[in-house]
Amino acid sequence: MIKSKLFSSITQTLRGIGKRMTERIWRLGAGTRLFFLTIFYSGESFKRFHLTLREIYFTGVMSLLIIVVSAFFVGMVLALQGYNTLQKYGSSEAIGVLVALSLVRELGPVVTALLFAGRAGTAITAEIGLMKTTEQLSAMEMMAVNPIARVVAPRFWAGVISMPILATLFSMVGILGGYIVAVPLIGVDDGAFWSQMQANVDFRADIINGVIKSLVFGVACTMIALFEGFDAPPTAEGVSRATTRTVVISSLTVLALDFVLTSFMMVI
Amino acid sequence: MDRTKIDLWVGIFVALGAAALLGLAMKVGNLTSSKIGPTYSVTAAFENVGSLKPHAPVKSAGVVVGRVDSIAFDSKKYEAVVTIKIDKRYAFPKDTFANIYTAGLLGEQYVGLEAGGEDDILKNGDTITQTQDAVVLEKMIGQFLFSKTSESKADSKVEPSTKAANAKSGRAKSTELGDAPF
Repeated sequence: MIKSKLFSSITQTLRGIGKRMTERIWRLGAGTRLFFLTIFYSGESFKRFHLTLREIYFTGVMSLLIIVVSAFFVGMVLALQGYNTLQKYGSSEAIGVLVALSLVRELGPVVTALLFAGRAGTAITAEIGLMKTTEQLSAMEMMAVNPIARVVAPRFWAGVISMPILATLFSMVGILGGYIVAVPLIGVDDGAFWSQMQANVDFRADIINGVIKSLVFGVACTMIALFEGFDAPPTAEGVSRATTRTVVISSLTVLALDFVLTSFMMVI
Repeated sequence: MDRTKIDLWVGIFVALGAAALLGLAMKVGNLTSSKIGPTYSVTAAFENVGSLKPHAPVKSAGVVVGRVDSIAFDSKKYEAVVTIKIDKRYAFPKDTFANIYTAGLLGEQYVGLEAGGEDDILKNGDTITQTQDAVVLEKMIGQFLFSKTSESKADSKVEPSTKAANAKSGRAKSTELGDAPF
């Protein structure tokens, strides 16, 4: 009798795992379908560009404050920590190279994507989830307005356009922050700071790769946010859970994609 | 939200982004200093190019006059054939010396050209005949040890090994090994 109880609890667990796995794979498939539908119905977001423009304002411009302030502090911390270690080997003039390469190659795209997912991604998910809950999406369908073309696609292209801009701004402001700590505060030579940086940062290999990374992260974060909102259960609890899932899944995806992209780029 | 206000802010946003990219390209990267002018190609054969890479600078008197284009292996003479592109503004005589030096602490290697005294100048496709290889650390230590032991046989054996240990760590601490081998 005890054996059968143990057996049934094991099978219960296994079925639970199987169920969750199939749900995840189903969601992945549904998400991919939404991605292709978004691309397919994108015509309207460019013909009626004011829709996309409005979304760029809400995803990009409203994220400027957090991006710029974070960038400034990240740059300053990089300069401080970098100087601390470089000084031991007498290479404190390489601080410019350290700050610039760390930001342009990695921190710019990745930290921007994480902040973007937290700020703009959750806003997108909550907005679309609420639209679904208050039946606005169904009302649109009844009026023969394609909700994907009208609601989802403009937000997608707004996210894709905003991300590289935000990432580049992050890198630039971070380098400025590093400069302010390294040159006036610590006393590293001004000329050495910039000239070493210019000698070691390659436009194609580093800066362009950073922009490519931020584009890929933009697509990933925005698509995840859109899908979670579109697929949220139409309840208050459902929307709040969807918002949390956006942040968690976006963050993990960004970090995993970062590794994949870096490994491609390092080979080139 | 007022349309004109949105347009204004989005315009500022995109302009800021473009300015940041431009700033990165100009100030941070090496876009402005890359070679754009016309160049002519010259080849040089070395026995050992060390860690010389394509796009490494070619300097004469410390000024960048060209770039390393490609490095190939000659399987008949077992040498490395380096093709360098020199800016057309600078003419070098046929007996120019091409050496491989190391720049600074991090050991990035470059080709140094020292002009000779001949009247004929190098043209597109010519070969530099006077070359000197890159400094290979192990060979230097071997030379140093050999010269030290043959010099002071009376001294204890401790001295050469500590000197060798200093020479080995010298790469991280000083740029002395960047000079051409004496």
